[in-house]
Amino acid sequence: MSAASHATDHDHDHDHGPAQGLSRWLLTTNHKDIGTLYLLFSLTMFFIGGSMALVIRAELFQPGLQIVDPYFFNQMTTLHALVMIFGAVMPAFVGLANWLIPMMIGAPDMALPRMNNWSFWIMPFAFTLLLSTLFMPGGGPAGGWTLYPPLVLQTGQAFPFVILAIHMMGVSSIMGAINIIATILNLRAPGMTLMKMPLFVWTWLITAFLLIAVMPVLAGAVTMLLTDKFFGTSFFNAAGGGDPVMFQHIFWFFGHPEVYIMILPAFGIISQIIPTFARKPLFGYASMVYATASIAFLSFLVWAHHMFTVGMPLRGELFFMYATMLIAVPTGVKVFNWISTMWHGAMTFETPMLFSIAFVVLFTIGGFSGLMLAIAPADFQYHDTYFVVAHFHYVLVPGAVFSIIAAAYYWLPKWTGHMYDEKLGQLHFWLSVIGVNVLFFPQHFLGLAGMPRRIPDYALQFAEFNMVSTIGAFLFGFSQLLFAYNVIQTIRGGAKATDQVWEGAHGLEWTLSSPPPYHTFTTAPEVK
Amino acid sequence: MMTESRKSDLAAANRRLVWRLLLLTTAMFGFGFAMVPIYDVLCEVTGLNGKTGGRVVAAQPMQVDASRTVTVEFVANLNLGAPWEFAPSVARMQVHPGQFYQTHFRAKNLASQPMTGQAIPSVAPGLAASHFQKIECFCFNHQRFQAGEGKEMPVTFRIDPDLPSEVRTVTLSYTFFRIDDAGG
Repeated sequence: MSAASHATDHDHDHDHGPAQGLSRWLLTTNHKDIGTLYLLFSLTMFFIGGSMALVIRAELFQPGLQIVDPYFFNQMTTLHALVMIFGAVMPAFVGLANWLIPMMIGAPDMALPRMNNWSFWIMPFAFTLLLSTLFMPGGGPAGGWTLYPPLVLQTGQAFPFVILAIHMMGVSSIMGAINIIATILNLRAPGMTLMKMPLFVWTWLITAFLLIAVMPVLAGAVTMLLTDKFFGTSFFNAAGGGDPVMFQHIFWFFGHPEVYIMILPAFGIISQIIPTFARKPLFGYASMVYATASIAFLSFLVWAHHMFTVGMPLRGELFFMYATMLIAVPTGVKVFNWISTMWHGAMTFETPMLFSIAFVVLFTIGGFSGLMLAIAPADFQYHDTYFVVAHFHYVLVPGAVFSIIAAAYYWLPKWTGHMYDEKLGQLHFWLSVIGVNVLFFPQHFLGLAGMPRRIPDYALQFAEFNMVSTIGAFLFGFSQLLFAYNVIQTIRGGAKATDQVWEGAHGLEWTLSSPPPYHTFTTAPEVK
Repeated sequence: MMTESRKSDLAAANRRLVWRLLLLTTAMFGFGFAMVPIYDVLCEVTGLNGKTGGRVVAAQPMQVDASRTVTVEFVANLNLGAPWEFAPSVARMQVHPGQFYQTHFRAKNLASQPMTGQAIPSVAPGLAASHFQKIECFCFNHQRFQAGEGKEMPVTFRIDPDLPSEVRTVTLSYTFFRIDDAGG
C-alpha cells in the first residue's frame, strides 16, 4: 500500500474507504474493486473481439475478396474466438463472482484477497501479449482457436507468444477458481448451508472445479505444441511417431468442459433473475443443483463429439453420441424449471427479465442444434460448416453474453446506487434480440447448404444469407454501444436505487445499502 | 468482528484447501501428459489411428483364403510440399487374405542437393490396421536420395485372414516426410 492509503487507514480506522488514484486499482485486494476491474476488462475485450467479428462479417457481406486478405481473415477468426472466450466471457463471469459471491454468502471478502489481485492483473498482460502478435512478422495466429497441429505449427514468430498468453490466461483462471472455491467452502455466514446457497454461487462452485480440472490439461497440450515446435519432440508429429489426432483428443478433453465453464454461471444468473421478476421462488431448487452437477460430470465424457470425422470405431461414435444426448436431460430439467418458475407468476418485464427470457428461448434453440450435431451420422454433413458456427454462437451470444448483460442490468443499481435508464435498456434489448437472430439464424441454412466455416470467400449460392447475416452483425454490434453508454451513465449518476432495488429480489446482497459500503459483512449475518 | 482464534482457524482452513486444490491442478497437468501413453495403448488395441505394426519377423504361413478378395488401395502423400516425386506404381490390387504380395512406390528427389526422407504408413479403416502385415517395407528405414536420384521402393505385405468380413477395401497410405536438418 502507498503512503497515501496508510494515511487514509489511520484517519478512518475501521471502516476505511478505498485508496485514492491509480494505486487503488493496481494494489486493491477488495473484491468489489477487483470485480469492477474484471467487468470493465471484459467489456473492453467484448468490443475488441466484436470489432474482429465485424471485420469477418464485412468480408463475408459479398462473395469474393473485398476488404482483407485471406490470411488476415484467418487471424481475425482465430483471435476473435480467443479474445471472446478467454477475454470477454470468462472474465465477465469471474468479475460477477467477485462482486456477488461474498455479498451472497455473507462473507467480508474473497478468501485469498492478494491472490485475487494477481489473478486479475495477469489478464491485461496476457491479452497485450496476444493482441501484439497481430503486429509481429508473420502476423498473429491464424490456424483457428483450437490450435490444431500441424497447421498451428506454421504460425510465424507469434507462436511462442500465443502459447505464453494462453498459459497466463490459464494461471489466472486457476487462481480465480481456487479463490472462489475457498471463499464458498470456508467463508459462508453461519446458517448458510450448501443447500441454502443462491444458485449463482452453486453454479460457480461447480464451474470452479471444472476450471481446475481442465485448464491444466490445456496448459499441457499447448506445452506439447511448444516442445514439438522448438525442442524436437514428436507428440503430434507423425514423422517422429506422434499423432496429430491425439492433440484433438487432449484439446477437446479440455474444450468440452470449457464450453460448460462458459454456460454454467449463466444458468446461475438466470436462476437468480427469473424468480425476482416472476415474484415466485425458483421452481425445483434442488433439482437445479443436481442438474448442474450432472452436466459438469457428463462434460468429461463427450469430448470426441467434436471430432466424429477423424475416423473412430463405430462403437466410439455411438458412445460419444449417446453420452452427448444424455446432457439434454439435465439441461431440459433446467429449462423446465425456469418455465415453471414463470408459470402463474406475477411477471414484469424489466430489461434483466427480458434478456433472461430471451436467454431461455434462444439458448434452447442452440441446445437443439447441438442435439442435431450430436447425431454422429448427421454430423458428417454438418462438421466444420456454418451450422456449427450458428450452433455455438446461439449458446454463447444469446446464451452466455445475454446472461452477462442481464446480470449487469440486474445488479448495476446495487453496485452503483443508481438506476439505469430503463427505456434505453429496453431499446438495447430489442435491437440486440433482433440483431442476434438476423445475424445467426441464417447461418443454420448456410451450414446445411454446405458452406464451410473459416473461409473468406464462398460460392455464389450462399450470397443472400451471408448478406442478411452481416446486416444482423452490424445491427447487433452497434447496439452494444447503447449498453456501454447506459452502463457508464449509470456509474456516473442517475435516479437513486433503493436497497432492495427490485420488488421481488431476495438474498443477502439486497439487504445491503445501494451502493454497498466498501467493506460489507465484516460481521457475518445470521442466516435462518 | 472476527475473534483472533476464528481468524487463525480460517487461515489454516484456507491454506489446507489451497494446497489440496493446487495438488489437483498439478495432477490434472500431469494427466494431460498421461493421455499420451494412454492414447498409444488405446490405439494399439483398437487401431484407432490406423498405425500398422513394425516388421513381422517370423512370418508364419497362413491359410490362404482364395474365396475372398480384398481390394488394397495405395496412396502417396508429401508433407508440406517437399521437393519430391512420390507415387505408387499401381493404384490398387485385388488380393486374397493370407497370401504375400509385393508392390512398389516410386520416389524421386527433385532438389539439387541430397535429401533424406522417411515414409510414415497409415491404414484405413483403422480396424484393418492390425491385420495388415508388412514383411518388407521401405518405411522401416530412412531413405537417402542423391540430388535428382529416383528409386523404386518395395513393400511386401499380406492381409491377415482374420480381417473382419465387412472390410472389403483397405487403403494403405504413405506420407513422405523430409527428415534431414532442412526438413520442417
